[in-house]
Amino acid sequence: MDVYHIYIHNLYINNIIHTEMANTYYDAADLRKFGKITEWSEELGTKFFDYYGKVFEEGALSAREKSLIALAVAHVVKCPYCIDAYTKDGLQKGITKEEMMEAVHAGAAIESGATLVHGVQMMNKYNKLSM
Amino acid sequence: MATKSLKARQEALAESNTQLDILNGGIFARGELPFFKDKVAAIGQFPLKPGKLEVLQINVGYMCNQVCEHCHVDAGPDRKEIMSRETMEQCLDVIRKTAAHTLDLTGGAPEMNPNFRWFVEEASKAGIKDFIVRSNLTIIRANKKYYDLPEFFKKHNVHVISSMPHYTRGKTDKQRGDGVFDKSIKALQELNAVGYGLEGSELRLDLVYNPSGAYLPGDQAALERDFKKALMEDFDISFQNLFAITNLPISRFLDYLIASENYEDYMYALVDAYNPAAVEKVMCTNTISVSWDGWLYDCDFNQMLGLKVASKVKHIKDYNEEVLNDRNIIISQHCYGCTAGAGSSCQGTVT
Repeated sequence: MDVYHIYIHNLYINNIIHTEMANTYYDAADLRKFGKITEWSEELGTKFFDYYGKVFEEGALSAREKSLIALAVAHVVKCPYCIDAYTKDGLQKGITKEEMMEAVHAGAAIESGATLVHGVQMMNKYNKLSM
Repeated sequence: MATKSLKARQEALAESNTQLDILNGGIFARGELPFFKDKVAAIGQFPLKPGKLEVLQINVGYMCNQVCEHCHVDAGPDRKEIMSRETMEQCLDVIRKTAAHTLDLTGGAPEMNPNFRWFVEEASKAGIKDFIVRSNLTIIRANKKYYDLPEFFKKHNVHVISSMPHYTRGKTDKQRGDGVFDKSIKALQELNAVGYGLEGSELRLDLVYNPSGAYLPGDQAALERDFKKALMEDFDISFQNLFAITNLPISRFLDYLIASENYEDYMYALVDAYNPAAVEKVMCTNTISVSWDGWLYDCDFNQMLGLKVASKVKHIKDYNEEVLNDRNIIISQHCYGCTAGAGSSCQGTVT
């Protein structure tokens, strides 16, 4: 018999495995509590979640395409909650890992491009100040 | 990937009582998540009662040519539980008189039962409206003796429902084993060749999609659209419907959830996605499940958990539809799998 499974089984039965508040800024368990922001500002929270839900519905873009955009943006804004959420969402929608990684690169390319295009500003300034 | 069942490996989770202990303990016993019973009681549906019987689902044995990682039956080549001809005779008596409009044969790989063809021939004479065989596709290519299955299914007007986890090779083989994708594609092309799954064809070929991991299925219609497009473009394959089925946390899928430390998150996901509208349409309200040895269950999942129907009639030899329909359905926390999101059943979503 597999020792690991007996061990895990006993942990569950004896209620030893449970979630404790992690001493970090980000806790994966907090994602599930996202909806609670409405409790402290009902009108704004409700408006936000209505809007959010509407955005991700099938429209001129498919829900699948929007999920990939969300995944790319999640990486660019470096939101760990969003990365978890939209990796899972992609899996649920049958999106492959190759598609997900290409989306991440699309986001990364724009982000690095946004940095590099400022190189022109640097060149302009350099030229203006130089004899 | 494992090549043997949990049972053959003598794993703790091969025992249904161990599974039930886990489903009743932990996050539920601690009160972090509500028991399923309390959720259905809150909408006045406890005890859960059957409605009109529509589907008679018969599991003709747990033997299978595949050892899929998510299998709720813990099926595999090493499983020896096979329905005998005598039990099949008892099933036929019931099939001839049942009010159910659908007969649904499942397994394991039902085709591996030595009396499978005889049983199908006899059952097809009973005039059941929808006669389903759940075929895993690779069985058709597993051995020469199965090559003619598409013709055999056609001859008896069998409705074929087959598992296909994804339209790409990588995701399919990861869940079901190396080579499964190529064999499944070939089998689907052969079914198409005899007329199955074509537009306007009376020969029905539906696919079942199970997520290959610890997440819920996405929108069934969107997945169907993606599967149809990809299978047609890449392999010239067509089929009628795609059923998106949620993996229930029992047997090998439960084993996977625990070993990959996804169990609690998955249960949270199921409970968060609880949809009261799915409760009155869950399949145990219109189905009776029969095991290889003739015992009766509310569904195939309860069969695997060893939870026989709560009725005076517990065996096919004593079958009485009226008495059975008066039972209370046995529930536990695995039932959240059938009420998540759009709901889940052997026929896909329920809402």
